[in-house]
Amino acid sequence: MKQIPDPADPGALDPETRTLKRDVKLILDESDSYGVEMALQLVDAAGEGEVVLVSMAPNNERSGLSTALAMGAASATLISDPELIGSDALTTAKLLAKAIEPLGADLVIAGSESSDGYTGTVPEMIAALLDRPSVTAAKSIEVEGGAIKVQRQTDAGYDDVECPMPAVVSVTAGVVEPRYPSFKGIMAAKSKPVAEVGIADLGFDAGSVGWDGAGQDIVDVTEAPQREAGEIIEDDGESHLKIVEFLEGLKVI
Amino acid sequence: MTLDSIWVFGEIADGEASASTLELLTKARDLADEVAVVVAGDGDDIAEAAGAHGADTVYSVDCDDALVGVPMAAAIAAAIEAGDGPEAILFPTSYDARDTIARLAVKLDRPVITNCVDVEVDDDTLVGTEPIFGGQTNIKTKFTGEGPFLVSVRPKSFAAESADGDEASVSELDVPDLGGSGGATVTDRFAEESDGPKLDEAEVVVAGGRGMGDADKYQAVETLATSLGGAAGASRAIVDAGWVPYAYQVGQTGKVVKPNVYIAAGISGATQHLVGMKGSKHIIAINKDPEAPIFGVADLGIVGDVHKILPKLQEALEGR
Repeated sequence: MKQIPDPADPGALDPETRTLKRDVKLILDESDSYGVEMALQLVDAAGEGEVVLVSMAPNNERSGLSTALAMGAASATLISDPELIGSDALTTAKLLAKAIEPLGADLVIAGSESSDGYTGTVPEMIAALLDRPSVTAAKSIEVEGGAIKVQRQTDAGYDDVECPMPAVVSVTAGVVEPRYPSFKGIMAAKSKPVAEVGIADLGFDAGSVGWDGAGQDIVDVTEAPQREAGEIIEDDGESHLKIVEFLEGLKVI
Repeated sequence: MTLDSIWVFGEIADGEASASTLELLTKARDLADEVAVVVAGDGDDIAEAAGAHGADTVYSVDCDDALVGVPMAAAIAAAIEAGDGPEAILFPTSYDARDTIARLAVKLDRPVITNCVDVEVDDDTLVGTEPIFGGQTNIKTKFTGEGPFLVSVRPKSFAAESADGDEASVSELDVPDLGGSGGATVTDRFAEESDGPKLDEAEVVVAGGRGMGDADKYQAVETLATSLGGAAGASRAIVDAGWVPYAYQVGQTGKVVKPNVYIAAGISGATQHLVGMKGSKHIIAINKDPEAPIFGVADLGIVGDVHKILPKLQEALEGR
C-alpha cells in the first residue's frame, strides 16, 4: 500500500528535485484502502490468517499505515530511506518484492494504481519479480482450495479468471466498502508492530534506487496549454434554452 | 531523427484493430523506419489495417485462454533476446497492455515511462510527455539508459491516419515456458450490452456525477444522451458508488473521450475527471457550485440545479 499526499491538497513538483513535494501529511491512498479491505474480508472468510502491510516512503511516514492497522491489519513493514526519493516504478517494485518475499504470503494484494502517480504497473512488476501469476483489476476475489477465482474488470464488462496461489492481485477502486477504523481499532493499532527497513537491509545501494537508479530523467516541466473559460451564467429558470441554442449553433440538433 | 525499429502493442477488438493500435502505429511510423505490431490472437485479423497504417509486420502471439500479460511479455522478451527485437515498444493503457509492459520491464530490467500524451526521438533515445496534476503541467521524461524503451501512451493522444500501406506480413512469436508466472486463465467473459454509440467514439457525451443525487436520478443523463444520439458517461465517484458500471467512467482511470459536445451534469470536475474529457471540442457544464473546477474548462457553464434544468432541457428537445 502507498501513502500519498491528500488528493484534496495535491501539492506541487519541487523545482529542485523534480519530485512531488511530500512535506504535506501523507494519508492512506484511497485506491489502496480497497485492497486492505479486500484482504481483511478474505481473512475473515477463511477464518484464519492475517493481513500484513508493506509500504515504502522516503521519510518514515506512517500515518497511512496507522489507518490500515486500525482497520484490522496485524503488522507492517515500512521501507524507508532518504535515498528513495525519485525512485521509478521498477525500482519501487524491486524494493517491495524484496520486502514481500520473506513474508511467504499466499496472496499479495495491491490497489490497481495509485491516486498520485497512476503508473499502474507496480503490482504486476512485483508479480514478475516474485515469479508468480497475477490478476490485475479484480472486482472480486474468492479463495477456493489452492486457487483464486477473480472477476477481472474489462472495458466491456468483466472476465472470470482462475489463478493458482501464491499469486498477486490488484484490486480496482470502489469494489468493496472500506471499513472505518473503530476507536478500539485505532487504540489497538498503536501497539501493532511496524518493522522499518532501509535500502541496505534489502540488499540495495544508493546508486540503484532514487533518481540514480531510475534510468530516466525529467528534462522539461511546462505548463500545459489551458482551455479558455467560456460563458458562465446563473440559472434563471430559462437557462436550458441557452443550452438548446448552443447545441443548435453546433448543428448537433 | 528516427529510430530503426519500433513495435506497437496491438489489440484486437471485435475482430478488428483497436483504435489505439492505429493511433500508435500512426505515431510509430514517424518515429522509426520499421514498424511492427505484436498482438495476442490472430494477426491476420488486423494485417490489412495495420499495414495501411504503416506496419511492415504483424507478430501474433497465441495466448490461448491465459491472461495475456505473462505470455505476451515472455514472447516479446524471447524475441528481443534472440536479437529480433525493436529499439522501443509503444503500449496503449489497457489493463492487458499495462500487465505486459510491467512484466516486460522486469524481464528486460528496463524502466517504463507511462501515461504519455506525446513521444519524440531525441538522438538515439525516446522522450515521453506526461501530463500531471490533472493536465495542468506537462513533464518530459527521457530514457537515460539502453533500450528497448518501454512507453505507454494515453488513448486519443494521436489521430489515426492511414498511410495507404500494403497489407502487413504476419508471423508468429513463440511463447516460451512461463515458469512460476503462468497459470492465470480466463474461464468466461461477460460483456454489458449497450445501445447507441460507444462512449469513446460518440459525437455527443452526456456525463453525470455525484450532483445527480442518486442512481435513479442518473437516469435523466441516459435519457438526454439518447435524445442527442450520444453516449452516457460518469465520473469516478458514481462508478465507485455503484450507480453505473465501470464502462461508463470518464477520466484518468476510465475512458478518454474527445466528442464534439460534452455535457457534464452534476460533475464538480476533479482533476481525475478533467484528464478524461477536457480534449472535447465543446463543453457544457451544469453544477450548483459556482466554484466547481468544471467551469474552468466549460464553454457554456450554468450555475444551477441539474434536477430543474435537465427536465426542462429534455422537454425542450422533445418538443422540437
